[in-house]
Amino acid sequence: MNKSIEEIEQDVINEFSTFQDWLDRYQYIIDMGNELGEFPENKRTESYRIKGCQSSVWLTADLEDGRVIFRSDSDSSIVKGLASLMIRVLSNQKPDDIVKAKLDFIDKIGLKEHLAPTRSNGLSAMIKQMRMYALAYKLKQQEQKVTN
Amino acid sequence: MSVTTEKIKVKFDVEKVRKDFPILSRTMHEKPLVYLDNAATTQKPQALIDSHVDFYLHHNANIHRGVYQLSNESTEGYDDAREKVREFINAPMSKEIIFTRGATESINLVTSSFGRYNIREGDEIIISTMEHHANIVPWQILCGEKNSTLRVIPITQSGELIMEEYEKMLNDKTKFVSIVHISNTLGTINPVKKIIELAHARNIPVLVDGAQAVPHMKVDVQELDCDFYVFSSHKMFGPTGTGVLYGRASLLEAMPPYQSGGDMIRSVSFEKTYYSEIPTKFEAGTPNIAGAIGLGISIDYLNKLDFEQVHEHEQELLDYATKQLEEIPGLRIIGTAKEKACVISFVVEGLNALDIGIILDTQGIAVRTGQHCTEPLMTWYCIPGTVRASFAFYNTKHEIEVFIEALKKAVEMLK
Repeated sequence: MNKSIEEIEQDVINEFSTFQDWLDRYQYIIDMGNELGEFPENKRTESYRIKGCQSSVWLTADLEDGRVIFRSDSDSSIVKGLASLMIRVLSNQKPDDIVKAKLDFIDKIGLKEHLAPTRSNGLSAMIKQMRMYALAYKLKQQEQKVTN
Repeated sequence: MSVTTEKIKVKFDVEKVRKDFPILSRTMHEKPLVYLDNAATTQKPQALIDSHVDFYLHHNANIHRGVYQLSNESTEGYDDAREKVREFINAPMSKEIIFTRGATESINLVTSSFGRYNIREGDEIIISTMEHHANIVPWQILCGEKNSTLRVIPITQSGELIMEEYEKMLNDKTKFVSIVHISNTLGTINPVKKIIELAHARNIPVLVDGAQAVPHMKVDVQELDCDFYVFSSHKMFGPTGTGVLYGRASLLEAMPPYQSGGDMIRSVSFEKTYYSEIPTKFEAGTPNIAGAIGLGISIDYLNKLDFEQVHEHEQELLDYATKQLEEIPGLRIIGTAKEKACVISFVVEGLNALDIGIILDTQGIAVRTGQHCTEPLMTWYCIPGTVRASFAFYNTKHEIEVFIEALKKAVEMLK
């Protein structure tokens, strides 16, 4: 049984609460990036790129068995870690759940405060793009229901 | 007799100087702030902060033509600031000092006014590979409008201009040279005097972008013999939103206005407008009065320091940091010119500059990462960006030690 987005968010909050300072949190984020699965090389193109001010993120989304599977990579270890974190929360979920997700955990673990003021990391652009993909799949599913 | 010679210089004591900058005692992520982003903007002395408060508490009124005492006070403060700037860069006349929003606007003023008036189709303008975007884009726009050509002086791997190539570039079509005094990314101090000499031999005017130079060295526009010199107040411990364009009076007088409106006019009718004399011809609208006065206060502050001792201290910081950085495996300093100001850009093999910057910030250290508004220079070096540490006289050797340790930690985490 898949965990819901909220449940995973809570897991992340619990994990982050064990860290003493931001160096530890970043180390954790960097390590998460290293666990990110292989990114399909043929998708490392402009159309899958989210350009941040100082880093690039590649993000793909495929619908498999009614769930969105995200894959990502970045030239920055921290951004790659953030992508990995977002994938852990949002990948393998139903499009509608992704669209509706509040994603409070970003605020609760202090990431919003720590990272949001800098456009450079592209976290918000990444989240926006993930929601857009989910929304597109949601609309596609609705269309299919109507035609069926 | 010059006022400067009478000023008493105090022996430079970095710990004492630091107390003049309140922000330096704050913490960042529960660590003492180590501010190493001085090439982006410098911190402000208490005297400047006080002057802002004092201006708005006691002297605020619009300048020029007010018949009342308050306006006279404001006008006097503004005019005094212009005179302080004149003296600071040893310009012949205070009317050659135009207050702008910053170095960027100063360059735009020259391209828009002098450029539009004097540059024609087929003409050539020379800049260099290490220019800040502010000294590229305005010329590019002008060249686009006039169908003229932008030529770029190449550099060596160490980040020095190839002067022979510059000499070869000068020809009958060359109508302007615009060059950076100190590179904001590499720290290179360019031989601007020689550059100006060579251009003047062909009657070509030269603009010097001195944004990074004024906080670090004594600039004398008469000795340089430049035609225009631009800088920003905020990079020399003054307020943001204020800058300076020095221009040779004969050139400024011949130039058409840049922006138009109040204060820059002598008389207006619906048929014809007569413009004011310089400098007001180029200062349309209500200027940043408090900003100009604040810049004057910062100049007063700098004048009290012994520039030679300050320079010595800064060189010590640069040498120490360079030596320490070179010992970090995989680290490469970008910009190793013989003549260098205290700016160090570097890359660490396999690591992203942004990542290093974020980990340093977490440890209280403020550096800049990325392209530093010199994208063509980054392209030339084939790197996406650098980490840049830039020092001011209030930085200490201890801060560099903290920075180096923090950097080692970042490298360890990211490797």
